[in-house]
Amino acid sequence: MKRARGGRETQSIILVGVVTFLIVLLGMLTKGRLLGLDSLQSIAFQLPLLGILTLAQMTPMLTGGIDLSIIATANLCGVIAAIGMTRSGLPIGVAVILGLALALLFAILKGFLIAWVSVPAIIATLGLMIFIRGVSLVLTRGYVIAGFPGSFLFLGNGTLFGIPMPFVVFFLCALFLYLLLTRTRFGTYVYLLGSNPTATLFAGVNNAAVLFKTYLLSSFLAGIAGLVMISRFNAAQADYGESYLLLTVLACVLGGIDPGGGFGRLPGVVVSIIVLQVVATGFNLLGLSSHLASALWGLILLGVIAINRMIGEGEA
Amino acid sequence: MLGRIAGRTEVYLAGVLIVLSVVLFILNPKFLTAENLFDVLRNNSFLGIVALGELVVLVSGGIDVSFTAIATVAQYVMGVIITKYMVESVFFAFLIPIPIGIALGAFNAFLVNRTRVHPVIITISNLNVFYGLLMVVSKGRWIYGFPGPFRDFARLKVLTLISEKGVDYGLSIFTVAWFFIAFATWVVLRYLPIGRKVYALGGNSEAARRAGFDIFRIQLFVYCYIGFLSGIAGFVHAALNQMIQPNAIVGRELDVLAAAILGGASVFGGAGSPLGVVLGVLFIAFIKNGLILMKASAYWHQVIMGLIIVLAATLSAYQQSLERKRRRWV
Amino acid sequence: MIEEKAILSLSRITKRYGGVVALQNVDFSVLRGEVHGLVGENGSGKSTLVKIATGVVQPDPGAEIVVEGKKIPRLTPYLAFHLGIHVVHQDLSLFPNLSVAENIFAHEYIERGRRFVSWQDMEGRAREVLGRIGVDIDPRAVVGRLSFADQQLVAICRAIASEAKLIILDEPTASLTFREVQRLFGFIRELKAQDIAFVFISHRLDEVLEISDRVTVLRDGVKVGTFPKEELTKARLSFFMTGKEIVAQSRTFPLDGPKEILRVERLTRRGEYADVSFTLHEGEILGLIGPRGSGRTEVALTLFGLNPPDSGKIFLDGKEVRFRSNRDAIRHGIGYVPENRLIQGLVLDQPVADNIVITILDTLVERSGLLRPAKKLSIAEKAIGNFGIKAPAVDAPVRSLSGGNQQKVVLSRWILTAPRVLILDTPTHGVDVAAKESIYEMILNLAKDRGIGILLISDEEHEVLQVCHRILVMKEGRIVREYVPSEVTEEVLRKEIVG
Repeated sequence: MKRARGGRETQSIILVGVVTFLIVLLGMLTKGRLLGLDSLQSIAFQLPLLGILTLAQMTPMLTGGIDLSIIATANLCGVIAAIGMTRSGLPIGVAVILGLALALLFAILKGFLIAWVSVPAIIATLGLMIFIRGVSLVLTRGYVIAGFPGSFLFLGNGTLFGIPMPFVVFFLCALFLYLLLTRTRFGTYVYLLGSNPTATLFAGVNNAAVLFKTYLLSSFLAGIAGLVMISRFNAAQADYGESYLLLTVLACVLGGIDPGGGFGRLPGVVVSIIVLQVVATGFNLLGLSSHLASALWGLILLGVIAINRMIGEGEA
Repeated sequence: MLGRIAGRTEVYLAGVLIVLSVVLFILNPKFLTAENLFDVLRNNSFLGIVALGELVVLVSGGIDVSFTAIATVAQYVMGVIITKYMVESVFFAFLIPIPIGIALGAFNAFLVNRTRVHPVIITISNLNVFYGLLMVVSKGRWIYGFPGPFRDFARLKVLTLISEKGVDYGLSIFTVAWFFIAFATWVVLRYLPIGRKVYALGGNSEAARRAGFDIFRIQLFVYCYIGFLSGIAGFVHAALNQMIQPNAIVGRELDVLAAAILGGASVFGGAGSPLGVVLGVLFIAFIKNGLILMKASAYWHQVIMGLIIVLAATLSAYQQSLERKRRRWV
Repeated sequence: MIEEKAILSLSRITKRYGGVVALQNVDFSVLRGEVHGLVGENGSGKSTLVKIATGVVQPDPGAEIVVEGKKIPRLTPYLAFHLGIHVVHQDLSLFPNLSVAENIFAHEYIERGRRFVSWQDMEGRAREVLGRIGVDIDPRAVVGRLSFADQQLVAICRAIASEAKLIILDEPTASLTFREVQRLFGFIRELKAQDIAFVFISHRLDEVLEISDRVTVLRDGVKVGTFPKEELTKARLSFFMTGKEIVAQSRTFPLDGPKEILRVERLTRRGEYADVSFTLHEGEILGLIGPRGSGRTEVALTLFGLNPPDSGKIFLDGKEVRFRSNRDAIRHGIGYVPENRLIQGLVLDQPVADNIVITILDTLVERSGLLRPAKKLSIAEKAIGNFGIKAPAVDAPVRSLSGGNQQKVVLSRWILTAPRVLILDTPTHGVDVAAKESIYEMILNLAKDRGIGILLISDEEHEVLQVCHRILVMKEGRIVREYVPSEVTEEVLRKEIVG
């Protein structure tokens, strides 16, 4: 029996084309510096933060939801771990686990509201975003907590066989999520439920449990991102990286995730994260502002959507 | 007649507001002084105006998160023009941001209609595009030192009273503008065919198409309307603060969304009213003001705001599930 | 000439889509104040004909469209609307968030020059329109809160309000209870007396014969004929539709030493059903027939763990069971093919393979804790082969399959769980005759070869007579009679249900 190839592949193909074009263009503009070892290293240090956060956003979007609370969760995890390591003088491991545990504690509330009370994800996570950020603010009183033990800084700044640690963490997260989505029951249910939750319910899928796990997973990945972030900055604060929130949604859609749920795969998302980071780094090398980069990200997304639409019309 | 203007959500919210006011009054009698209330109303007029625009978009089944960038672009262009040419006419200054807002809104509508991609994605992209380009062009410079009339205008009051300390206070022109816009929005949504079409589109887009409604025209209307109000709100914001910082407004998208949702606007379209949204904004404003009066640490504001949104959403979800239970699958 | 009395007259209608002929040289006319039945199998061209009559689709050159004696060179949806030709779609196309009055007059919002909406005026006129057919619905009520039957009346009133002369009802009775159907027929007769014509499209031939004055039959895009009601019987009509004589021949097989699997005792759920008791044996096919709204689906959902009963007991293999969820029921060996295939049954946009293996994913998990994709595909391919599912590919979306094949996908997913009891809720609804036969075949084999006890919910008398061992008749929440197919005829059964 033959296998069908979905038309949804086209988006990934377009994306790869855009990436190649951008890399060549920026490579020429920067006289090859973009592809030099230095800038590759800097990309590998910077990409993972947006990358892991985007991975956290991906599963909720596949179920047809969204998680606006990931940045707040990342910061909370970072703040708790930071307080643990500095003020309380806890061992690094304990502080890190404490941070992740608190992230998951709020995730339980979030998952409960969405899965069992059926609060629309966008509202539940909006409320929790503000709430969790508030908790971090109360804990830090708005100050920056800085000065972590050297061994903890390795997570954000060290290298393993020449590969930056953050990138290693990102790679492991991506691999974990990839296996979860493609090779487990949970992953299969996520896609099916994202397409039609009534049908999965009638087929005996425990929808609520799948949704609950989805939001637990997003908080867990957000927590990891928070740890990488504070290690990289050697500082923790209640409202770091808030501009990343909309970018994660953008990266997911650019990578082929259908915001209605049910479609989109991890490799596409990874490629889209790379596009965004390469553009940012290239612009950085050219001495252009990060704002121009963000404008360009928007334009790239709109461009991909428009091309997609034209191809779609051509087929129909 | 009351049922005509106020639905269930509005009545609940009004009740909650009254209880809240009484509690705040008991905790700190200063809350219910005219001076304080006028101040709260004035300071929230920006939020109140854009929330009304968001309401119209939400009712149509869409969403717009780019309005903060639109308001910023509109007020910035205005700021550049009036400071560069020292424009003395406030009225002329007021006219600058409006067409900019409408044009950017039309761009949103065009993309939403043509690409048929979820509007949240389109407007996130445009938020980045509008704001990014503005920051590039403006290099993030602040604008201040507005012409004299512009400064005087911001102090304009419809009703002026003198406090015991001899400071004059009163009902700000911006508060009046906010309430007037709320009333106008109510008239548009309730009594103009285009307003009814907005509700119809949000209720069942396929039926709207079959009924022969021009979907693009409705979308054009709603996104231009929020663009239009963003333009006005940009003016109000600049006048209230007497300076323009390009990064002052962007980032408040979700606050506005929260106010609209608290006020009963549905993220799925088809429901919501201007009165509800005004009450939603007031609710948030009262809580913030109450916390300030109680000298609660500012860090608690967000904790409480977040809790309120979660609580309100939980209640409404619970209510809906009760209603669903009566019908179930059959 | 009869044509002079015609509201709408379509002549020599041909429509090709690419190489496929949807309609070939069809003539169709509707007279003033008549109810004209339009029947045919899926794909016979009914919907294309409706689209042409309402201007949504243009016929191929050579056709002629005449509305009230005037030749219309090019009918557009706008023109059709203003000529008084309206469709009430199966989904009604109402605005659930708006009031009854507003739904009725929504079309007026398009007209230019209307500045302000006068609510009082609109509600008054709505009351008038509702009064014309004697419907008692508050014009200020929100449409989404009304029952489906009332919503349907609102949709009909909307057509009347814009001066409809011809209202096309597309499967109007599909979601109505028996009483609601009778009420709808009352309103149709009332409007007919006011000179409004109807085209009545339905799969339910009894209803078509009851309400129509004339019936047009389409088959494979060709008109078989237009017949006065008096010349038709249900059997003739179905012969015209399919070109085959349907012999309601019993195909049941004897049960040897029947062993009880499922027993239900005095099951009751307030407002839905009461005192329901029956037993189901190994390899038995038990028919449960009754009009929609009789409580049949509610009982099925209870047995599937989704609709807990207020009182009564369920026994499986002699042991009492209580299901807390449908997962509980599935673990006990119960499968359920839901009534609404498109929404409840299938994840339409996802691959055939995933839709098949969804119930048995846990058996595909390897020792590593991971699924093996190849195993999933091979199981799906085997099921596709075994049950004769015609699919373009294992990973093609289920949407690309025909209705009958889609239903087989749902069936095969439950067969893979090796169930003891299978509940089928109107499994042949909206499925072609040929596909129906192969679904019957499948059901018979499941019972005979695997000993699965099958509860078949149906609204078609010939269906239960053909495949069931016993037939339970359900009415208004209660089981009123039990029959054995050999001792009852279609007519008797029909009377029992309707009467």
